[in-house]
Amino acid sequence: MIKFLFKGILRDRSRSLLPVIIVSIGVLLTVFLSGYFTGVFGDIIDINAKFTSGHVKIMTRVYAENKDQVPNDLALMEVGELKTKLNLEYSEMEWVSRTHFGGLIDVPDENGETRAQGPAAGRAVDLFSPESQEIERMNIGNSVVKGVIPTKSGEAIISDDFAERFSVNIGDEVTLFGSTMNGSMMFHNFIVSGTIRFGPAMLDRGAIIIDITDAQMILDMEDAASEVLGYFKDGLYDTEKAGLISASFNEKYSNVNDEFSPQMFKLEEDAGLDEYLMLADSMSGVMITFFIIAMSIVLWNTGLLGGLRRYSEYGIRLALGEEKKHIFKTIIYEAILIGLLGSVIGTILGISLSYYVQETGIDFSNIMENTTMMFPQVFRTLVKPAHFFIGFIPGLFAVVLGNALAGFAIYKRKTAQLFKELEV
Amino acid sequence: MKKNISILISILFFTTIGFAQTADEILDKVDKNMSAENRIIESSMIIHGKRNSRTMTSISYSVGDKQSFTEYLSPAREAGTKMLKLENQLWIYSPSTDRTIQISGHMLRQSVMGSDLSYEDMMDDRKLKDVYSSTVIGAEEIEGRKTHVLELTAKVENVSYHSRKLWVDADYFVPMKEELFAKSGQLLKQTTLSNIKKIEGRWFPTKMVYKDMLKQGDGTEFIINDIKFNQKIPEYIFTKAALKQ
Repeated sequence: MIKFLFKGILRDRSRSLLPVIIVSIGVLLTVFLSGYFTGVFGDIIDINAKFTSGHVKIMTRVYAENKDQVPNDLALMEVGELKTKLNLEYSEMEWVSRTHFGGLIDVPDENGETRAQGPAAGRAVDLFSPESQEIERMNIGNSVVKGVIPTKSGEAIISDDFAERFSVNIGDEVTLFGSTMNGSMMFHNFIVSGTIRFGPAMLDRGAIIIDITDAQMILDMEDAASEVLGYFKDGLYDTEKAGLISASFNEKYSNVNDEFSPQMFKLEEDAGLDEYLMLADSMSGVMITFFIIAMSIVLWNTGLLGGLRRYSEYGIRLALGEEKKHIFKTIIYEAILIGLLGSVIGTILGISLSYYVQETGIDFSNIMENTTMMFPQVFRTLVKPAHFFIGFIPGLFAVVLGNALAGFAIYKRKTAQLFKELEV
Repeated sequence: MKKNISILISILFFTTIGFAQTADEILDKVDKNMSAENRIIESSMIIHGKRNSRTMTSISYSVGDKQSFTEYLSPAREAGTKMLKLENQLWIYSPSTDRTIQISGHMLRQSVMGSDLSYEDMMDDRKLKDVYSSTVIGAEEIEGRKTHVLELTAKVENVSYHSRKLWVDADYFVPMKEELFAKSGQLLKQTTLSNIKKIEGRWFPTKMVYKDMLKQGDGTEFIINDIKFNQKIPEYIFTKAALKQ
């Protein structure tokens, strides 16, 4: 019977063309948008993990409460010992220290007096260790606009916007002015080795990047750091594993009564990304539901039109003694075949489009110029194995539901009136 | 009835005038004690942080409310750091970098050396009467001493604190306690002043404890080890060239 119905669908295009087109478009949109949201949310999570939150982050409890103020007087101490323990106990992660600092970048004139100055949003990361992954992780190499990444103590890379605005050239000396961990005044001259532009305004505004050993020296932070970040060695964030690690660490080392005891936070807790992750998880489900409802209404209507067009056919079949139930069953089988056909076409188109956008991306950098949120500048889709079958759910379900709703009309036909109707 | 109302209004009017005059008189006396033509102060500043305390010593020269020069003497990390204030401008000299940096804009609101004092606090030496209008709102006892409680509201634009509440010793006319508020009414800083001594014919508190209410830590003690009024201070001290000397 399936073969018979399939031949009917192929030969009678008026019966199948419109539903197949509708299902294909719906499936195409479902697959593409699902890939788009997966990609964008994935990039947001990734950029936050790499720059600010790690997959997990350790701070002192009191630093965590005031982290917006970058309070280095409350920073983690004895970081060397802490990292040794972490490497032993949680070896599935790579542990890195980072220090944030504020202050002023002051550009001198020929007399050594202030020519220009602007606020500094400093980051100290491990730039010099050969085994450090920080340069690749933070994409520093690709973000350099002029010059090079610092290679020795006393060098810094600064925001390209700052350098342009205040005519700072490679090799110029600038003074970093701020406070040490103990609150003393900190002045230090750095040679500008290069300029950098990450993209998001919040990363570029007043950016100055120095090596962590320089920061420890100038900020009186020997064996101390603002935070210790952990990254899964395979580079992929696993919220469940991160949750288990942070729960285990906090149980062992964090003490509610000691505000300087370390506390570990997983990515979404630190970056306030809980809602994003929930949204990312539920987005595919939301879209599938949306398309099932929307397409069912359209296909119900199409089924009704088809039912009207095939009114005589059903009448004759009923008159010939075919059971209503059997006719309804053939309508459903037809719907399944149409749904499968539309879903295959829609999935092929959706995956192709998603691959294209995954490779080329959509550049929003002009719109995002002044945004203060950690958003990627180029939005990309991400094709996952699930996208190869995700479209079949709305594709099949909607067309079956639509035809089933339309097919109920058959049960309203009265056999006694059939011949009268057929005469018409 | 009309006569009674007139008497009541007259009493209220003259009482209000009386309080305003009293508040002005009190502020006059406070300014006479606290302000001077010029002064040289040797002081220690003890900053109580969340983790530790630090002590810094310095010597400051000031003329009126327009010029001041401070040199930090200890600890070693701070020794030789100098600050110069001329009118509304502030420069800091760092011997380690041999740089003179001008502090301006929002940086003036930052803490000095991690203390509870901002650069603005250190720079603003104007007489209270010139900046605030005042009213007496009551009388209280602090540590067994009678005080007038004054409420001060800014009458000029460029002030760090929109209003202040001042407890003034009723005998010495020196502030014993001060609360500084933002325009929103939020308490920003609290100061207690003690160890009041008679120095060169005026009463002067030699210990002040500042607490920035928005900052962690247990406040900053400012102890005056030596203070001299109306000294001859060479003019060259208040020049940028003096910073590098």
